[in-house]
Amino acid sequence: MVAAAEASARGGIPAVWQRVITFLLCLLPLAWLVLRALTDQLSANPIEDITDATGTWTLRLVLITLAMTPLRRLTGWKWPLRLRRMLGLFVFFYASLHLMTYLWFDQFFLWSEILADIVERPFITLGMTAYALLLPLALTSNQASQRWLRRGWKRLHRLVYPIALLGVIHYYWLVKADVREPLLYGAVWLVLMGLRLHLPASTSRMNRQDEKKSL
Amino acid sequence: MPNRILPSEITPESVYRQRRRLMQAGLAVFGAGLTGAWARLAEAKVSLPGDIARSRFSTDEDLTPYDDVTTYNNFYEFGTGKGDPAENAHRLQTDPWSVTVEGECARPGTYALEDILKPHALEERIYRLRCVEGWSMVIPWVGFPLGDLIKRLEPTNNAKYVEFQTLHDPEQMPGQRRRILDWPYVEGLRMDEAMHPLTILAVGLYGKVMPNQNGAPIRLVVPWKYGYKSIKSIVKIRFKEQQPVSSWMKAASKEYGFYSNVNPNVDHPRWSQARERRIGEFLKRPTLMFNGYEEEVAGLYRGMDLREHF
Repeated sequence: MVAAAEASARGGIPAVWQRVITFLLCLLPLAWLVLRALTDQLSANPIEDITDATGTWTLRLVLITLAMTPLRRLTGWKWPLRLRRMLGLFVFFYASLHLMTYLWFDQFFLWSEILADIVERPFITLGMTAYALLLPLALTSNQASQRWLRRGWKRLHRLVYPIALLGVIHYYWLVKADVREPLLYGAVWLVLMGLRLHLPASTSRMNRQDEKKSL
Repeated sequence: MPNRILPSEITPESVYRQRRRLMQAGLAVFGAGLTGAWARLAEAKVSLPGDIARSRFSTDEDLTPYDDVTTYNNFYEFGTGKGDPAENAHRLQTDPWSVTVEGECARPGTYALEDILKPHALEERIYRLRCVEGWSMVIPWVGFPLGDLIKRLEPTNNAKYVEFQTLHDPEQMPGQRRRILDWPYVEGLRMDEAMHPLTILAVGLYGKVMPNQNGAPIRLVVPWKYGYKSIKSIVKIRFKEQQPVSSWMKAASKEYGFYSNVNPNVDHPRWSQARERRIGEFLKRPTLMFNGYEEEVAGLYRGMDLREHF
């Protein structure tokens, strides 16, 4: 595994390009949405399209982010961990767009309505909870916080697992009848959790070193 | 509809001119080859003197554009995405079409669509449509009162309810290949609801033959109920003594009741029904009791607890 990691580091794409490519790829869903909006390709209910797209991509990106550690452990590649923070921040980015769409275009900042929704609608409660939990992770994603929080940082950032699950249930609870897509995300979450628990953490020392270098 | 006409409800000239153009365009579609019922539909349009002789039940609100009405649909038989019906409904064969009438009536049997339509004069009904999901449209349907057909079929005294069924054919309706709902789609009305003059069977919209994705060739329109009650592509009508169990009641009985009247005060268990987004508008508007048809239909439910009978 160590050998493979070195090989990928030698022969692969330079780290800075990995970051640039990931950054651009993560912007694609938003670019696609904007393009559809500008070329009149959205449906008769564009707000719904925006809500759907930003919500769906939040979920997909959080699952992709969660896949990075198992990928590292399965392949020994280093790049997954190097990209993890940027992916996580894009989760926060799309979640923020999703939340803003709701607050602005769905509720027009009518705080009484929003509060009632949070209290009365379980799927809104879950979505809001997920976002509230995501916020400290985004705020402490920098290296200074990592140094400051020491081992607590890792524990804090394990919140991403329940956050992803909340996101999946949030989606499951809002669809009317066709639950195929939320169930698919739920299955992916379970597989990732399973991998996380059952894959040997190769050597925990190696992981710690990776994280020090890459995060 | 209401006797009081709000200034906002008066149609601007540009809008009704556009409407007329659309209707004329619609008429042009009816070529020389049209026969039978469809020719009658064309005749009905010809005899409509512009916008003036619309039904007294029609609203004067701005119409939702034709493109939106025909590309943003919930018709799970063709897929659960809003754009799926427009994409897939071309598979539906609407000619020939027949409707089977069963149950508590003197004239059961299988009727060709032409025979169903023959005696009925078609009229335009501009209705609000409120989806349970929280959006709404204003659609100029072409149809006739369901009650007129029911009278012809001579229901017996045991007929307390009418049940409707959509075509079940996964070859034509690819959405039925997955058991998203318990196919065929079933809906029902109480007899007095079915006989109410607002309740129509529609065979067209915007002066044109009904597009497949909107429920061709014949569909129900019950404007004071959530959209899913207005069952599409009907192949069966059954008169019953027992209350029908609709597909959505089967799928989630706590969320979808038999009545499904639009009611801003009774929320869907998972979301609020207090407001709606009119397609094409940015701000949401308050949802009206019985979708604005309170004056006409509230009497049907006098004394009923609408929270219980949602």
